[in-house]
Amino acid sequence: MALSLKELSQRRDLLSGGHRACAGCAGSTVIRQALLAADVPVVAGCSTGCMEVVTTIYPYTAWRVPFIHNAFENVAATISGVEAAYRALKRQGKIDREIKFIAFGGDGGTYDIGIQALSGAMERGHDMLYICYDNEAYMNTGIQRSGATPHGAATSTSPAGKKIPGKREFRKDLTSVMAAHDIPYVAQAVPSHWRDFMGKVQKALSVNGPSFINVLAPCPRGWRFKDKDSMEMARLAVETCFWPLYEVEKGTWKLTYKPKEKRPITDWIGRQGRFRHLMKEENKHVIDELQANVDYKWEQILKRCEG
Amino acid sequence: MGKIVALTGNDAAGTAMIQIRPDVVAAFPITPQTELMHKFAEAVADGDVDTEFVSVESEHSAMSAAIGASAAGARVMTATAANGFALMWEVVYIAASYRLPIVMTLVNRALSGPINIHCDHSDSMGGRDAGWIQLHSENSQEVYDNLIQGVKIAENRDVLLPVMVTSDGFILSHTLERMEILDNQGVQDFVGENHPQHTLLDVDHPITFGPLDLPDYYFEHKRQQVLAMEKAKGVILEVGREFKKLSGRDYWLFEEYQMEGAERAIVALGSTAGTVKETVDALREKGEKVGLIKLRVFRPFPKEELVEALKGIKALVVLDRSNSFGGFGGPLFTEIRSTLYGSGLSFEVLNYIYGLGGRNISLKEIEGVYSDLKEVIETSKVKERINYLGVRE
Repeated sequence: MALSLKELSQRRDLLSGGHRACAGCAGSTVIRQALLAADVPVVAGCSTGCMEVVTTIYPYTAWRVPFIHNAFENVAATISGVEAAYRALKRQGKIDREIKFIAFGGDGGTYDIGIQALSGAMERGHDMLYICYDNEAYMNTGIQRSGATPHGAATSTSPAGKKIPGKREFRKDLTSVMAAHDIPYVAQAVPSHWRDFMGKVQKALSVNGPSFINVLAPCPRGWRFKDKDSMEMARLAVETCFWPLYEVEKGTWKLTYKPKEKRPITDWIGRQGRFRHLMKEENKHVIDELQANVDYKWEQILKRCEG
Repeated sequence: MGKIVALTGNDAAGTAMIQIRPDVVAAFPITPQTELMHKFAEAVADGDVDTEFVSVESEHSAMSAAIGASAAGARVMTATAANGFALMWEVVYIAASYRLPIVMTLVNRALSGPINIHCDHSDSMGGRDAGWIQLHSENSQEVYDNLIQGVKIAENRDVLLPVMVTSDGFILSHTLERMEILDNQGVQDFVGENHPQHTLLDVDHPITFGPLDLPDYYFEHKRQQVLAMEKAKGVILEVGREFKKLSGRDYWLFEEYQMEGAERAIVALGSTAGTVKETVDALREKGEKVGLIKLRVFRPFPKEELVEALKGIKALVVLDRSNSFGGFGGPLFTEIRSTLYGSGLSFEVLNYIYGLGGRNISLKEIEGVYSDLKEVIETSKVKERINYLGVRE
């Protein structure tokens, strides 16, 4: 189905307003876009984290689809169980509807504590889509570093100190790790390129088997930028090639958007308070390291996509 | 009606699961539970059951998937032991608080460390406050019978709590015993259909499972779990009565063995009850007034009934196959002594901790426990309140 804004505007938002996400939160935008893209009824799950906390404070829920939160590390396993129940009950003729399953997790719940459950669910071939809203740190508990936090970023557990200028390690390339599971569909996306992302959600839901989409979700509080700039931060991550938009369909890598001109990483990090300390002379080498890593990863993607 | 067979505890549990035909089973292998899952996996592979068997990558995911499947409206079973149970601990609590009627066999094994694969009750006792109903089993027959009843207890609208059925690792799980199994249809009719009120797959009536529950509501939800446990007692009795009609076998909250006129008694859980019974029979033949209470239902704890059953006792020993380091005796002792305090009964209660890590307990040792009780009555003195039985000091 082609996605038009006009058509989408007439669809009912499946994540209601009135939830408690911060102003400018891109995580909730990711969820809204994903749910709007689905053409069939969806059952959703979410790991413990920002999105679960802000959308479901008892006795309220923002979810207009059936929803389950279980714990931090196990949304993939939880949705595995829901999907297994669906298959069992459908086979027995107790359910005749077509239903799709989406697990949402933040980067902490996906890259780190939840990677075992995620890897297991993907290997077992459950017919489910896992969407990581990657805001690059444990935002819900107060901006601690995760496996997704970029090199040099200051977080509360990788602070910009006198001796150590922010996170020393590079981020884990989780999307590639998921592609290595040889599942039918893997993609990277951003909410600013909504047509690209929602098209990927539709593709992911149409395959028979597991799929994974990693979506960069800028966080005004954690990244320290103005809340009106969330989509701009997502766009700049793409334009600097920090966050390439691509998909891996049955093993074939394809860029879904190629910036006309690759912008320097400073165009992106220069707008965020978490990298402010890198602008000091003595920390400039960290920017160089970050740029070199972005260049290396971008070349890698180009090779995979263009041969 | 029934068929006499020789089965190990694991095969008995596997047979019960095959006859119950759950919609979803999610499990991960751990000794001594493995053969139970092998048996079930074979039934799936042969098409004898059409269960979705989710062979997960950890016990944490086993319980997580069980929670998802149960919330989706499926009848769900699983099985684990010791470290596997410890790994799923976080979600064991969540299963109970979401009021999901999952039924799990816990093949009792000592918790690490040091690593040990043999029986004690440190695993099930560690989960005693998780909000699960606990049914303990003396033999393979009881493992089988408790599982079948467990499904019906768990799914009762007034209960909606997960049920754990224990099976002493190796002592029951790997020992061939004579027992009786019911026919498939009988089990199917007994457990009936699962009719959950709210499910994730009812997409026309979306509900949210597992919201953030803050100080303004959390306490009330915990209180509801308490009330469900209280109601479970009546349901366990009712299901037991129905089960007797089907099987001819009696199930109550506990079994009173030779308690009539008994002056000295032991309270025990699991397979050790069989060893105690042997001892009781031998001592009774010599005219000694000894008896046994074999606790079947540990959660909900049958406090009033225990007080009633212990009237007339002059001294009591509680056998604990687990420990509470730095506590006042084992967990069963603590609970029973606390139950007796203020009940109007006043006799000495001693604790014997035994069998940790699969250490055998002998008839002679149990006989020794009864003779220690005799001394307590005669001298009105307790040398040691908390004792360790069968350990090299």
